[in-house]
Amino acid sequence: MPDWFYYLIQQLLNGLTLGSTYALIAIGYTMVYGIIGMINFAHGEVYMIGSYIAFIVLAALALMGIESLPLLIAGALICSMVVTSAYGYSIERVAYRPLRGGNRLIPLISAIGMSIFLQNLVRLAQGSRDIAMPNLVRGGLDIGPTTGFHATLSYMQIVIFVVTLISMVLLTLFITRSRMGRACRACAEDLKMTNLLGINTNAIIALTFVIGAALAAVAGVLLGMYYGVINPYIGFMAGLKAFTAAVLGGIGSIPGAVLGGILLGVAEALTAGYFSAEYKDVVAFSVLILVLLFRPSGILGRPEVEKV
Amino acid sequence: MLSFTDVNTFYGKIQALHGVSLDVQQGEIVTLIGANGAGKTTLLMTLCGDPAPASGSIRYHGEELVGRETCHIMRRDIAIVPEGRRVFSRLTVEENLAMGAFFLPRDEVQPQLKATLELFPRLKERYQQRAGTMSGGEQQMLAIGRALMSKPRMLLMDEPSLGLAPIIIQQIFEIIEELRRQGVTIFLVEQNANQALKLADRGYVMEHGRIVMQGSGEELLADPEVRRAYLGA
Repeated sequence: MPDWFYYLIQQLLNGLTLGSTYALIAIGYTMVYGIIGMINFAHGEVYMIGSYIAFIVLAALALMGIESLPLLIAGALICSMVVTSAYGYSIERVAYRPLRGGNRLIPLISAIGMSIFLQNLVRLAQGSRDIAMPNLVRGGLDIGPTTGFHATLSYMQIVIFVVTLISMVLLTLFITRSRMGRACRACAEDLKMTNLLGINTNAIIALTFVIGAALAAVAGVLLGMYYGVINPYIGFMAGLKAFTAAVLGGIGSIPGAVLGGILLGVAEALTAGYFSAEYKDVVAFSVLILVLLFRPSGILGRPEVEKV
Repeated sequence: MLSFTDVNTFYGKIQALHGVSLDVQQGEIVTLIGANGAGKTTLLMTLCGDPAPASGSIRYHGEELVGRETCHIMRRDIAIVPEGRRVFSRLTVEENLAMGAFFLPRDEVQPQLKATLELFPRLKERYQQRAGTMSGGEQQMLAIGRALMSKPRMLLMDEPSLGLAPIIIQQIFEIIEELRRQGVTIFLVEQNANQALKLADRGYVMEHGRIVMQGSGEELLADPEVRRAYLGA
């Protein structure tokens, strides 16, 4: 196999890694939009907070002398998911629920305010400089010839694929099989009618914020470890990218968010690999503009039907 | 069983219900007729807690419902077949029925499901199908079935015959009678005044947000003004 082939494989692997984490964050945007038709622009900050919690937990576990790798990763994931779930719930309760039923622009502004608040909260608490995340998972698998040019699938990338896949399978099972998941789908279709069946739709809405936040935390933990650097501003860009992914896949559709995330991640990696890394954001947001112009309902989305 | 006393409801500054009082006794079929925009649906929705009335009292089994949230009101033994059916079109028939039985104790779900499917054999044939792919009549049956899955003692129905073929309308009215035999109290909002009044024990006539007339079904059917305004006679 020629060098260009392994080079392409490498770009695709990098793209899939990035894309699967975009997908995790995008699910939060898309679920919330699916139910209450608003974009939770504070969602990217939840991802950033997830990264910070992971850093704190890893540091604490290291201080306690725990060295088992699965334990460290599981501990970081679980703590981070629990804490960001509380954030997700509180954000909805404080910034969105009191505004529900009014003009659709108002919660959007509230979301931007919440985003600025969270970013500065972390900045004050943790400082605004870069923090190095420990590189726990070293090494990788070589694909191709042992000498000369080859692609590398790092163990960290494998961890990202496996954890992402597990999260998505669990989410799918929850949404399609469980009683609460069914109620989520009913809410997405007709909130008022679900309420008329005696179901506390406020609780269901809160639940979608919690699920979205927990998944964003998973992405935060994984990407933080993958990149090795976190700061209070990473949520802004990650949030915009994941939002783009959700729009690309069709906002409101969970499979769409996954597909959009992966496509966007691959598009970025290919741009970085064949053109210039500086242009990957340009490509990502060009995709956003093109989708909004020519196919606003996205790849798997349904055209919006105004509910009566 | 259910009573409205002097209920006023507003949409913004527009008053939709003016001092409405009515009552429904256990085991009755009571119908509410009136023209489009008379406030019939508003009355039902006020009972459900959304919109909340500005004043007045709504009591169910002596308990005040005004001021309670929709999800608390509807978690009692009240169920609604809303205007326009509002089945969950992307959920299957099975899932729609399960949504209706959300608060039913686990061991009561299967018997209730069996009873509902006996009432609507068509739903059994379509059990795994998405509700949105079914005909209007089938969707209406599903909407009624979904409401019955919560084992209601009082069923609110908002124009169940709207937009359906006459033969389906006939079936729906037969099912309403069957439900009464089973002891379900029914509050039926209808534009199809003729059929509704024939079926009902009592009826109320609504105009511009006010109850303007009441009486037994037969009385109202015979009333010259009702005949002129609602029966096209």
